[in-house]
Amino acid sequence: MPKVHIPTPLRQYSGNQVSLEVQGATVASVLSNLIARHPELKRHLFLDDGKLRSFVNVYVNDEDIRYLQKEATAVGDSDTISIVPSIAGGRETARKTMICAITLPRYYTDCCR
Amino acid sequence: MASSLHSESDRPTPDNSKGSPGKGEETVPSNGNALGVALSNDEILRYSRHLVMPEVGMEGQQKLKAARVLCIGAGGLGSPLALYLGAAGVGTLGLVDFDVVDYTNLHRQIIHSTADVGRKKLDSAVESLKAINPFLNLQTFETRLASDNALEIFRDFDIVADGTDNFPTRYLVNDACVLTGKPNVYGSIFRFEGQASVFASEQGPCYRCVYPEPPPPGLVPSCAEGGVLGILPGLVGVIQATEVIKLILGAGQPLIGRLLLVDALGMKFRELKLRKNPDCPACGHHRTITKLIDYEQFCGIRGEEKREEKAVDAAIPEMQVEELKRRLDAGDDLFILDVREPHEYQICNLGGYLIPLKELPNRLSELDSSREIVAHCKMGGRSAKAVQFLRQAGFSKVHNLAGGITAWADRVDRKVPKY
Repeated sequence: MPKVHIPTPLRQYSGNQVSLEVQGATVASVLSNLIARHPELKRHLFLDDGKLRSFVNVYVNDEDIRYLQKEATAVGDSDTISIVPSIAGGRETARKTMICAITLPRYYTDCCR
Repeated sequence: MASSLHSESDRPTPDNSKGSPGKGEETVPSNGNALGVALSNDEILRYSRHLVMPEVGMEGQQKLKAARVLCIGAGGLGSPLALYLGAAGVGTLGLVDFDVVDYTNLHRQIIHSTADVGRKKLDSAVESLKAINPFLNLQTFETRLASDNALEIFRDFDIVADGTDNFPTRYLVNDACVLTGKPNVYGSIFRFEGQASVFASEQGPCYRCVYPEPPPPGLVPSCAEGGVLGILPGLVGVIQATEVIKLILGAGQPLIGRLLLVDALGMKFRELKLRKNPDCPACGHHRTITKLIDYEQFCGIRGEEKREEKAVDAAIPEMQVEELKRRLDAGDDLFILDVREPHEYQICNLGGYLIPLKELPNRLSELDSSREIVAHCKMGGRSAKAVQFLRQAGFSKVHNLAGGITAWADRVDRKVPKY
């Protein structure tokens, strides 16, 4: 089965697993099965209209799917799908909220340094 | 490789006592030949372990000395970056930082020491660097890098190394590097994962090719899920320093077109291919970014902060820590709800009932809406959200403890640790 590599910020929604084996013949079906198993991942990866969030990059092995067949890219048993967030550490704003501006959709703003 | 131990005989001998190129002496581009940049005997001895390597040699060390590298940020990534570039003999180092050393920086920002707490990061960094290598030419820019100063600051440098901690600056640095044709040595971290690459847009992709858009603000993990493994910026920052040195020397295979992913916990290093996006607005065929823009607006932060302030400040009933203390001492029946994470509770707590914020929607049944509830977190932000949520769920007797347990530690009980 293809493997899906889960980035750090999302692991709490995937049962803290770093990597999951998920059935599917294309990126779309693998991600769909992944979300079926871990529904909390959905809002972090997809917009309401079902499109992948623009700051979430998906790779099959080491190739960005935007340069393959996007979500229709075929995957085989020995392939790994990687979800790769943009990350930028964390800076405090004037309101003392730490913006750890990673890829993920709304958790909740927080107050910390 | 054969190398001469003497500077070019037809060039005036520069004053190498400070190790910096003298006035009128040519500095050389990073891809370049190192004519005119001589090394004193002291420098030759200092860098001897470089000089005996074929990959560096005299010529390579001269290139390092002639190079001008701008380090943006003297914090987590900037610390190891600047320290190693300085130690290696990069002749001119520019440092950009407007911040002051904080006690909580010390667990990872190793260019600063305990005695530097409260000092400007630039002052502290310059001292550390000079102590390691007095031959360095250090240029400091005590300013926030912005659209109105970036191009000018970048002008006098050959390579930019980005060690910043927020998206607007990432995009600013990227665009300024594309506009000035300078390579952007990129590193970023989050908790225990990191990324590194070299965005040299003339040969490969730029940052926008990979991430055309930033995540909207409010994409924020909880404070408790934040934090960072202290060693992580060390790992990634030295990778950045390595890439800078490779670019200067023209040695090895730089991370151009490659994204290195570092997982410190698994100690796994993976690599993904990055491609130049022909439609990239910054470096593609039809460039629409011809000057620097308002990056805070691009990242949606300006508007979002205003919206957040309106949303959160509107009618969240607050209680000050003094009042809580008074009422507890008077024996009032208050239910203290702690919405932090379990590991925070272990650091310090007010004896409250712990329901981490993200679990609150599923654990409402554990709360009694007939009781007066005071919700708190570390500083008042998460608990404000909790109060908002509870009010929407029909709880009318709910207050947010303004300033959180931190305010309690500051104003009521100094024995409570802060973190």
